Amino acid sequence: MIDDSLTQLPKKRFKIINLIWLIVLIAGLFISINVTNTHISVLFENFSQFSDIFVQMANPDWSYFPTVIPLLLETIKMAVLGTIIGSALAFVYSLLIARNIIKNKLVTGVLRFIMNIIRTIPDLLLGAIFVAIVGIGPVAGILALSVFTFGVVVKLFYEAIETIDPGPIEALTAVGANKLQIICFAILPQVMTYFISYSLYAFEINVRASTVLGYIGAGGIGLYLQQTLQVFDYAKTGTIILVIIVVVVLIDYISSKSREALMK
Amino acid sequence: MDTTMKELPSKPVNKKARLIHWLIALVTIAIVVWSCTGINFGGIKATAGQIAGAIFSGIFHPDWSYVYNGSGEDLISQLWQTLCIAFLGTFISAIISLPFAFWAAHTKHKKWYTSRIGKIVLAIIRSFPEIVLALMFIKAVGPGSAAGVLALGFHSVGMLAKLFSEAIENLEDGPNDAIRAVGGSKIHVIMFSILPNLMPALISNTLYRFDVSVRSASILGLVGAGGIGYPLIIALQYRQWNRVGVILLGIIAMVVVIDWISGMIRKKLV
Repeated sequence: MIDDSLTQLPKKRFKIINLIWLIVLIAGLFISINVTNTHISVLFENFSQFSDIFVQMANPDWSYFPTVIPLLLETIKMAVLGTIIGSALAFVYSLLIARNIIKNKLVTGVLRFIMNIIRTIPDLLLGAIFVAIVGIGPVAGILALSVFTFGVVVKLFYEAIETIDPGPIEALTAVGANKLQIICFAILPQVMTYFISYSLYAFEINVRASTVLGYIGAGGIGLYLQQTLQVFDYAKTGTIILVIIVVVVLIDYISSKSREALMK
Repeated sequence: MDTTMKELPSKPVNKKARLIHWLIALVTIAIVVWSCTGINFGGIKATAGQIAGAIFSGIFHPDWSYVYNGSGEDLISQLWQTLCIAFLGTFISAIISLPFAFWAAHTKHKKWYTSRIGKIVLAIIRSFPEIVLALMFIKAVGPGSAAGVLALGFHSVGMLAKLFSEAIENLEDGPNDAIRAVGGSKIHVIMFSILPNLMPALISNTLYRFDVSVRSASILGLVGAGGIGYPLIIALQYRQWNRVGVILLGIIAMVVVIDWISGMIRKKLV
């Protein structure tokens, strides 16, 4: 006969902390439903309206396609320029905040603090601010994307610099090389592929972001998004969204394949 | 002295690799040059420097009276609303993401095209602009934070389910086989092997997505879907730079605190 205790699973020890997390989660759920006034029933009541828009978008107006192309190209241009400017800035800045290059903790600390603050601001918010500063147009978008790219690349790149093999740096220091020589011959050869990979990654994000920047007046295809949505011309909106999805997925694919090839 | 000692030996040259590198560099430069054409850099407002200065000084002289005045339209309550939008949106998307993740995960016991189709669906969800989704929900449930919650909830699925499915793909088969070997059913395998092993990754990814959602929630207000974005765009339009300053400070503080807390929890999990 089988011992009865063997057919039972061993009891797990009850942890009070898990209970606390569960209570926090449920409390948070109730509070946020209350604050945001989200009731799923409302969605189901008006679901016909939602699906109606969806159906209209699913029948895109292809005659609108040629009109979209120039702004689509502008969008890609914005993403390219934003990526280039942002990554170039990030490149220099990362060298200044890597603790294995600059030994002064005060300098790196202050510069890192500034970097962390820049990183917190979302892309569209940057867009809105730059539209207020330089006026409506693609320049605002490029500036917003540059700052955003800077935030993305600088964090990844300085961490890559800090994890390199210190051997070559010590070797070059031992033979009397100066800072510039150490950077050129010991650090960059080890991290250059990472830098290119991170820039490509930022480019993917930028292509996505640049498609909606136009909505707030920062140039690119988002402008048509706003125009067609304002007059409820969802067939045209559908065309734009389809174009955006195709371009984004395509660029994502190319970029991630090249990143894989780089890292091999 | 022998001068040859001072020179480094020349590097070995791989002609084909070098050619490819040059080609890539040329194409990149060509793309960058093409990008510079046709963009009107002269269109910058003459007052740009002045406004930038005003915003900058606004950050250092924030409009403190806006922080809290009990009206429900102040900074604290708007930030709180933003947080709630992000929380609920992430919660909804985490639930929707689970089935999608199992669909898109490429595992042994599945035909390759099933997971490929799942991955494509997720890529399409990811690429659907969040703002358009928010506007569609505004049509359905009216302007306000509910639209923001729903937009975030559906949009985040694209990214979250992708992260989840990667976690599923990284699971080891050992525990599953062990349970099957002692006669466990499919439900037992999920209950005692897959879920316990998957849980840390799921929680960590969801927390990460919450960080991102907080940022997203603070911009959804730009189109009227609730949160701090709306007062910000109004302040920008009415040129109340001190208010812009205080809102920016509020957003930065909120994001930093949330990042810090979720970073701590995630560190404990791994």
